[in-house]
Amino acid sequence: MNSKWVEFTTGIFTISGIVALIVLVFQSTNFSHMIGSDVYKITASFDNVSGLKERSAVSVGGVKVGRVSQIDIDKDSYEAVVTIEIDKQYDQIPEDSSLSVFTAGLLGEKYIGMQIGGAPDFLKEGSHINLTQSSIVLEKLISQFLFSQSEKK
Amino acid sequence: MNWIIRLGNLTINFISLQGNSVILCLMTLMAFVKIPKRFGLFIKQLFAIGVLSISIIIVSGLFVGMVLSLQGYNTLVNFGAEESLGVVVALSLLRELSPVVGALLFAGRAGSSLTAEIGLMKATEQISAMEMMAIDPIEYILAPRLLAGIIALPLLIALFSLVGIYGGALVAIDYLGVDNGAFWSQMQAQVDIQHDLMSGMIKSVVFGFVVTWIAIYQGYSCIPTSEGVSRATTHTVVFASLAVLGLDFVLTAAML
Repeated sequence: MNSKWVEFTTGIFTISGIVALIVLVFQSTNFSHMIGSDVYKITASFDNVSGLKERSAVSVGGVKVGRVSQIDIDKDSYEAVVTIEIDKQYDQIPEDSSLSVFTAGLLGEKYIGMQIGGAPDFLKEGSHINLTQSSIVLEKLISQFLFSQSEKK
Repeated sequence: MNWIIRLGNLTINFISLQGNSVILCLMTLMAFVKIPKRFGLFIKQLFAIGVLSISIIIVSGLFVGMVLSLQGYNTLVNFGAEESLGVVVALSLLRELSPVVGALLFAGRAGSSLTAEIGLMKATEQISAMEMMAIDPIEYILAPRLLAGIIALPLLIALFSLVGIYGGALVAIDYLGVDNGAFWSQMQAQVDIQHDLMSGMIKSVVFGFVVTWIAIYQGYSCIPTSEGVSRATTHTVVFASLAVLGLDFVLTAAML
């Protein structure tokens, strides 16, 4: 093996290793969500967001339009305040749209589903949504069901 | 009384061995500054350590990813959560499997050959000849090899992860019928660049350093006979594998 060949294949090896790393970053991690985020932020208050996490998806009819960036609690009302980043390309969402916390599948992730309203004005940076539906807490549901069953008897 | 003397002897020997290997490592690290002067040597080692290990890394990465996908599917499908297969494959590869399996293969493939090469140089008195000609063998033999090991293993492990994830995707999507979009989008939503990818890469740099260090120390300090070289080669593979597995636990605990 002459040294040109050694140097050439070593160069190829180094390049392919670095390319593999870059492809991994873009293909398999959340890096592509972090950069180039041309988004606008809105907030929404919920009674209960149990199970919802930062980076959870926000979707309209199953299409992801944004994600949850922050979950806080309101100091006065003790409601959960969720900050949502929505992609700039979806800038024509009516102001009176409502949000609910859903579960994907039986054991799946929580996500926020958006029901489109009919107002002529659109959501913009800093808008606040009050029309929300909390996430379903399974224990509550079961206990309600059990109590209603026992009352019937 | 005799066994106390023997115990003391063993302890002193053990500690001086550790000390020797650390001193050798520090001297090699200090000789890194002279590598640019002999860059050709370094390229040659990167070829011997990195390029020649590509085939074993790619083949095992492919099969590890494929089997991970198959096994994960069988469990996840019971919960109706087979969409999470991408997350399972990517997380287990990036965090644990590729650094550890890659480093074990690297110890077997590159570490043993490093030890045998350096040990044979010692047995055939090439190292003494170099010292005679006032060429520092640490600078000339060890430093390029250690740096090549530190650089080659992370690159190999990146290739391992990539091939493994695509192998897993191949089995999941084409063979098991998991939804293509769900597989990749769940992976991209759940795998964190800092916690998962970076911690795996940090591990691989540490493993590359430790495995190569053990290999060059075993070769450089072996008894210069054919038996000594063969024992040193065995020691390299055993010690390097144990060190990788032990360090993996420590690093995971530290970074989690």
